[in-house]
Amino acid sequence: MSAREAILQKARRALADVPDVEPVLDVAVVRPAPERDRSREEVVDLFAERVADYRAVVERATSSTVVQQVAAALRGREPSAGAGPLRILVPPGFPPEWVPDDVEVVHDGPDVAVSELDRCDGVLSTAAVGIADTGTIVLDHGEGQGRRAATLVPDLHVCMVRADQVVPAVPEAVAALDPVRPHTWISGPSATSDIELDRVEGVHGPRTLHVLIVGS
Amino acid sequence: MSGTFLGTPAFPDAAREALEDSQLRRNLAHATGTIRTKRAGVVGEVDEWEQLRLAGEAIKNRVLRHLPDYLEQLERSLTAAGATVHWARDATEANAIVVDIARRHATDEVVKVKSMATQEIELNDALEAAGIHAWETDLAELIVQLGDDLPSHILVPAIHRNRAEIREIFLREMGNAGRAAPDDLTDEPRQLAAAARAHLREKFLRAKVAVSGANFAVAETGTLTVVESEGNGRMCLTLPEVLVSVVGIEKVLPTFQDLDVMLQLLPRSSTGERMNPYTSTWTGVTPGDGPQEVHVVLLDNGRTDVLADPTGRQALRCIRCSACLNVCPVYERTGGHAYGSVYPGPIGAILTPQLRGVGSDPQTDSLPYASSLCGACFEVCPVRIDIPEVLVHLRGEVVEAHQEAARLPSVQDMAMKAASWTLSSAGRTGAAEKAAGLGGKLAAKLGRSAPGGRAVLGALPGPASAWSDSRDIPIPAEESFRSWWKRTDGGRSRTEETAGDRSRTDDTAGDRSRTDDTVGDSSRTDDTSGGRDEA
Repeated sequence: MSAREAILQKARRALADVPDVEPVLDVAVVRPAPERDRSREEVVDLFAERVADYRAVVERATSSTVVQQVAAALRGREPSAGAGPLRILVPPGFPPEWVPDDVEVVHDGPDVAVSELDRCDGVLSTAAVGIADTGTIVLDHGEGQGRRAATLVPDLHVCMVRADQVVPAVPEAVAALDPVRPHTWISGPSATSDIELDRVEGVHGPRTLHVLIVGS
Repeated sequence: MSGTFLGTPAFPDAAREALEDSQLRRNLAHATGTIRTKRAGVVGEVDEWEQLRLAGEAIKNRVLRHLPDYLEQLERSLTAAGATVHWARDATEANAIVVDIARRHATDEVVKVKSMATQEIELNDALEAAGIHAWETDLAELIVQLGDDLPSHILVPAIHRNRAEIREIFLREMGNAGRAAPDDLTDEPRQLAAAARAHLREKFLRAKVAVSGANFAVAETGTLTVVESEGNGRMCLTLPEVLVSVVGIEKVLPTFQDLDVMLQLLPRSSTGERMNPYTSTWTGVTPGDGPQEVHVVLLDNGRTDVLADPTGRQALRCIRCSACLNVCPVYERTGGHAYGSVYPGPIGAILTPQLRGVGSDPQTDSLPYASSLCGACFEVCPVRIDIPEVLVHLRGEVVEAHQEAARLPSVQDMAMKAASWTLSSAGRTGAAEKAAGLGGKLAAKLGRSAPGGRAVLGALPGPASAWSDSRDIPIPAEESFRSWWKRTDGGRSRTEETAGDRSRTDDTAGDRSRTDDTVGDSSRTDDTSGGRDEA
């Protein structure tokens, strides 16, 4: 008998006491009702506050101020090459008008080697969803967000979230996502609590997370 | 990890040793205290927390009660999404599958995301035996691996180490495994994290094969989820060409939407954060993004045995948050190694004996007793596993297993029989109480004072010493409650006090109001019968 058959058979025998009905009829799942009394502004304000709690940088922006704010976020950072302009990774579909002039743009794509990503000083991306309650940004790695490695390997991630992408809580975010796509949920910069359970920001992922909430 | 839990002494002996390590107790008290405070803060923010717990419990119950159907559905979804599904009855089969995949890619190393399942099957040892290095990439796992140590906590395996010890391990060992730690490394956590970043980066960038576990596996879509903090998980799940995920069969969720409940419960219970820094989900192979060869090993290794026990099966609801460890008064003092298993603490005390089976070795059989049954673990469990209920249930199984094995009744059996004979008759109980009262008078002279000022007896002689070794025995009251009630008509008549009560006589006049309070209190006690008293 194959391992598969053996495991399934053993599990069936183990559950002889369970009535043979549809799972949803056997065990009801009752979720808490979603909160409905928060205004859009309250939700976006809470999102900004909660992202900042993780010691990420959070700023409000409009589509016309984004480019200056991106430039400001990059200012003062040392190029890892030692000299010259900052090398900034830009995923396909990222709005070109949001990329400052004085950087060396690396266009990401499946053929860009990981070692090349490691030489980038930062990455710009858009997002799919923002979650107010938890201060979380969700990437579904569609247009403007790049493949998963793009927003992981460089040490700085500047992420543009549209205010209308922010939902109040986790259930709304899960409902908005397409399960077929890969997702990365980001809540603040990379961190660890492994040393005496104290949180320290900055391990393997980007050590700086800079979020721009783009309003209309 | 070359260390092994094999040969750990039974819990009372291992605990006694751990309790003598004052550094360990300081590290644990600090760490568990920190995490308890953080958890309480973020759980307190969620008004509907109890409803979320109930929903989490229900989702896992739905899966477990219909597990074969969901496993078949998961297999179909994974296969349709381009993943290869393997089934493993036990650790040996699972390890062989992973070793085989690594060999086919002619690699001598794999990078690993922290995973309880792969620790449980001791995959690293199997890989090493096949000449393949397994690099742990979670910071705490790295500390444990470099220190040739054993994990002592589900979430923070190096919780027993403080920053100074970690610095020493990094300075001494990192160079032997790859990039060395900088000579001027201090014990500042930020610097220690930076050393780990530099040490592991070259491994992430060159590894061809990664091994992970999964926090959740969605039957409906074939989506796997890893919840983490550092980004080492994202590195392993994204950069290598090949990804192998070893997933316990109890990790299944019915639908993608069910992730919402779990992703609310887990981070707050686990690290005490509203959300952990990184959660990755992937559904098979995504063309042009991440590993293009994806394997999932569905692992039984005793789980179907746990499933067969209608009382014990709730342990499979566990989402490995470790909240029960952090609140447990026993864990806080002994640490995780005393449990002799990758699953320590209250959840380990019910999961390990069920996975291994009771009645086979004394270490495993000692685990259901590693608890005061205070019930704090149940209170914090995000999926409402009634750990004390399962502990008591397993204690019964341990006793039964040993009764079957031994032909002569044990001292405990005889004591229980005698107690049953005494307590089944009012007359015999009264006589026993009187005798205990007289004994108490004598004992009070021999006894000592416990914290709180209560008089207690020390170790008892003879066979009873096995019980009294690690317990204080309260000295029996000079007068039993029943005889007091009879004498004073339930406190209504004030007849002459007995000698022992003399000191309290003065208070009695003002006692009426206190008595009323007491009545109120006793009704409250009934209300909270969900909470447990020490047994």
